[in-house]
Amino acid sequence: MEQLGHYFFNFASLADSWGDIARAFGTTILVSILTLLLGIPLGFVLALIRLYATSRNRFLALVRFVLVFYADFFRCVPQLVVIVVIFFALPYAGLSLTPIASTVIGVGIVLSAFAEEVFWAAIIRVPKGQWEAGRSSGLGYVATLFIVILPQAAKMSVAPLTNRGLAASKATTLGSVVAVPDLLSVTSSIQSAQANPTALTVGAILFVVLFMPLVWLCRVLERRMETA
Amino acid sequence: MSTRSNAVIVRNLCKNFGETPILRNVSFSVSQGEAVVIVGASGSGKSTCLRCINRLEEPTSGTILISGKEISGPVIDIDAMRRRVGMVFQHINLYPHLSAIGNVTLALRFVAGMNRKAAREQGMAYLEMVGLGDRAEARPHELSGGQQQRVGIARAMAMKPDVMLFDEPTSALDPELVGEVLGVLEKTKDAGMTMILVTHEMQFAREVADRVIFMDKGSILAEGTPQAVLDENEGERVQAFLRRVRH
Amino acid sequence: MNEIISNFFNVGVVVQVWPLLMRGLGYTLLLTVVCLPLSVALALALACVSDTSSRPLRTVIALIVDFFRAIPPLVLLIFLFYALPLANIDIPQFAAAAIALVLNNASYFTEIFRSGLAAVPVGQREAARSSGMSWTKTMALVVAPQGVRNVLPDAIGNGVELFKQTAIVSAVSIQELLRAAQIAQGMAFNPSPLIAAALVYFLIAWPLMRLSSRLEHRAISR
Repeated sequence: MEQLGHYFFNFASLADSWGDIARAFGTTILVSILTLLLGIPLGFVLALIRLYATSRNRFLALVRFVLVFYADFFRCVPQLVVIVVIFFALPYAGLSLTPIASTVIGVGIVLSAFAEEVFWAAIIRVPKGQWEAGRSSGLGYVATLFIVILPQAAKMSVAPLTNRGLAASKATTLGSVVAVPDLLSVTSSIQSAQANPTALTVGAILFVVLFMPLVWLCRVLERRMETA
Repeated sequence: MSTRSNAVIVRNLCKNFGETPILRNVSFSVSQGEAVVIVGASGSGKSTCLRCINRLEEPTSGTILISGKEISGPVIDIDAMRRRVGMVFQHINLYPHLSAIGNVTLALRFVAGMNRKAAREQGMAYLEMVGLGDRAEARPHELSGGQQQRVGIARAMAMKPDVMLFDEPTSALDPELVGEVLGVLEKTKDAGMTMILVTHEMQFAREVADRVIFMDKGSILAEGTPQAVLDENEGERVQAFLRRVRH
Repeated sequence: MNEIISNFFNVGVVVQVWPLLMRGLGYTLLLTVVCLPLSVALALALACVSDTSSRPLRTVIALIVDFFRAIPPLVLLIFLFYALPLANIDIPQFAAAAIALVLNNASYFTEIFRSGLAAVPVGQREAARSSGMSWTKTMALVVAPQGVRNVLPDAIGNGVELFKQTAIVSAVSIQELLRAAQIAQGMAFNPSPLIAAALVYFLIAWPLMRLSSRLEHRAISR
């Protein structure tokens, strides 16, 4: 038991590192927030474009096809692969992005694909009668969309989006693979340097503390949808 | 009649949900081969009483014996007891992922340990008895409510229980489907099965029941032949109840 | 245009490194095939136990599940891989990777199965139990088959997630598909292997994802 304390909870060994850990924690939070700010609005916009593109125009059919392919593709490819491609492959096309940018864009794109599907599924679930009610009371297409349809779609989207948002926030740890100085990579380095796993234990605890509230929020929202 | 052995004996059965008493000192017995119908208004405790007999509800106190063995104690093998007690439900509860014959043979194979062929033979015999031998492979959703309940009866009967419990077997059915189920219940009674039924079908009770028990607010108010309890009883509560129920 | 093709879609390079990529894919599939049944079995067991249990036990199971939903899978992997050996606890590489993947994935499966089981009406349990069926047989023969069928689209989706998650073990230098592609890129000074790997993931995951969508639409319209 003492051994456990010596190995995993040897806080004394971290005396000089708390500043680095705190900074890294901040980086993790920053990257997560940026990812959410990119992925969810982008997914929303893509869903709206897909909605607009449901007419019999050949150009719009192409747009719809590209959109569906985008959503399918980025839901099928692992997030880490997307990050690695952005960071290591794009420079060959002259586009060199920083580790943080690569992570935010990589995870953000994947999140946008999932978000688009969530919004889309919610929008088409709103009964057709709602459209008819809005239009026949004189509201234009856009007005009906924003005043009648989207609020109802938003309610259906909250639970799955929170789930996906949580997954994307956790995925920012993948940035450590491309040398983003996030909580995982920093505590991992400290651990190797000191040959003591306390740093990573502290990191793990901090991650759990950070994400547990989101997990609980997900649980509450899922329960509410179940009973609805 | 008193020389026939008792299939079910209920003594001083009490059941509380939290602080509320649902059953107050209920006692009665059912002889082998008897058909006993329990009637009463909603909230009278009749379903709870029935469900205590196979311990789907846990009695708060009291003794229940089935075929002479006490089954209300804390240490008995409930699964073994339930093999000898069949139950038919108001909401039928057929297994939707199995065919009719699948429903009937599931317990035969996995509780009674019969092999597939023997189980199928026995199951088919009971399906034919309820008039659905030709629908053996049908899934529940392909059958009408009345047909489903007949499969439910076959399912319970196929285990050859000592006593059959029926919890409002026709209450959830469309009126025109009730008759076919009552027909099967009559057949079951004629075959000599010991039956305890909770039902609102008064005409059925008059024609088929050997005894009627009238429950009100957790106690037995009247007990006797159908004529005695339903037609000749002057008691106020029985009359009030009969006025509210059709026929 | 030609530059883009020769840089990112260079068939010559990909053909050269194909054996390397295929070996990596083999490892990826091995991990998936080992971890998926373990994950499903663990989750189904937890969900069944949770279904019948008292409140305290259900809360404990929920807390454990939530813990493994909260911790990022890469953190769990690195912990098992590097932290434990430093405390003199040595686990073989494959086992560490598999454990990390299973624990993470099973936590999602448990939630999925729990909601599937909860949607099976109580009457089903009563019917089975009242014919003398034990609790385990009731779960195995009556409740779980219906419960799993209820959530099949989500379950398939989570299986695909597991397949994608295997990519994180590249971070500890295990040579699955992504790592193999990175090595190939290093050797050829050309990122086409990475693009090829992305396409391989897509081609394998896509039919399953479509299947899951189709099942979901069928379930909604029923």
